[in-house]
Amino acid sequence: MKAAVIVYPGSNCDRDIAVALEKVTGRKPLMVWHGESDFEAVDVIALPGGFSYGDYLRSGAIAARSPVTAEVVKRAAAGVPTIGVCNGFQVLTETGLLPGALMRNANLKFVCKDVHLKVENAATIFSNAFDKDQVIRLPVAHHDGNYFADPATIEALEAEGRVVFRYVNADGSSGNGANPNGSRNDIAGIVNQQGNVLGMMPHPERLIEQALGGADGRALFESLAQAIDKTAG
Amino acid sequence: MKVRIHVTLKPGVLDPQGKAIEHSLHDLGFSGVESVRQGKYIELELADDNQTKARADLEEMCRKLLANVVIEDYAIELVEEE
Repeated sequence: MKAAVIVYPGSNCDRDIAVALEKVTGRKPLMVWHGESDFEAVDVIALPGGFSYGDYLRSGAIAARSPVTAEVVKRAAAGVPTIGVCNGFQVLTETGLLPGALMRNANLKFVCKDVHLKVENAATIFSNAFDKDQVIRLPVAHHDGNYFADPATIEALEAEGRVVFRYVNADGSSGNGANPNGSRNDIAGIVNQQGNVLGMMPHPERLIEQALGGADGRALFESLAQAIDKTAG
Repeated sequence: MKVRIHVTLKPGVLDPQGKAIEHSLHDLGFSGVESVRQGKYIELELADDNQTKARADLEEMCRKLLANVVIEDYAIELVEEE
């Protein structure tokens, strides 16, 4: 599996996600700078976390209109698996590949801590190595992670099983401050209708081995590798 | 031609920043403030003086970049030069 990591000015998790992808796939991802309008064919595209273009105008807004993103949108629309983490999720909503928007956290604070997530859908190419309803721990680090969409969109996401990760407490229950940012329905990560584009606020790439304090994020990259090798093989 | 654009959150979209401003105004003693909604103000200078074309371009600019129409409304104001 060959991956590309898109690097915007202000991205700061591009190397972390590149390391995670390399660990799981054994292949160094292609690093693609924001000004490129074309890059070699890849099996997966990753939009990393960070503060692209300094979060000017809105988080992800300028990155969503940069030359490389036009190419990403084209390929994602054609079915190439695409994952956006944190700022990458914000970019994906700004492009319209994913519905809704990520607004300022409800408590207005930058939140940087580990949170627990329930795997709501373990049948996506991003989550098949998890168990359904498994509770995992991943870090969040964001100011704009408050997922918002109109009620009809939220209803559709829920009905179609497109909420992949949801904020919960360590025991899998909700409430009691499990939701770090005020997002609608405690949504932490969603997929598009075709199931090939995932956006999530928590950082799976930051917990991929015990030396880093946990390995719960690793299964996400293993899911992708499995799904893609299956298609290829 | 000068253009003023206001970008504001749609009614019904929670505005925690507006809420924080409201609380701060109350703390300063402005107890009559009933609600605060905050937004962005953008000024543009256009080369062309054709208002019809400007309107169409500005609409597109707002929809494509300046506002996120999922959560925001925009208002465009063309300003006559003095």
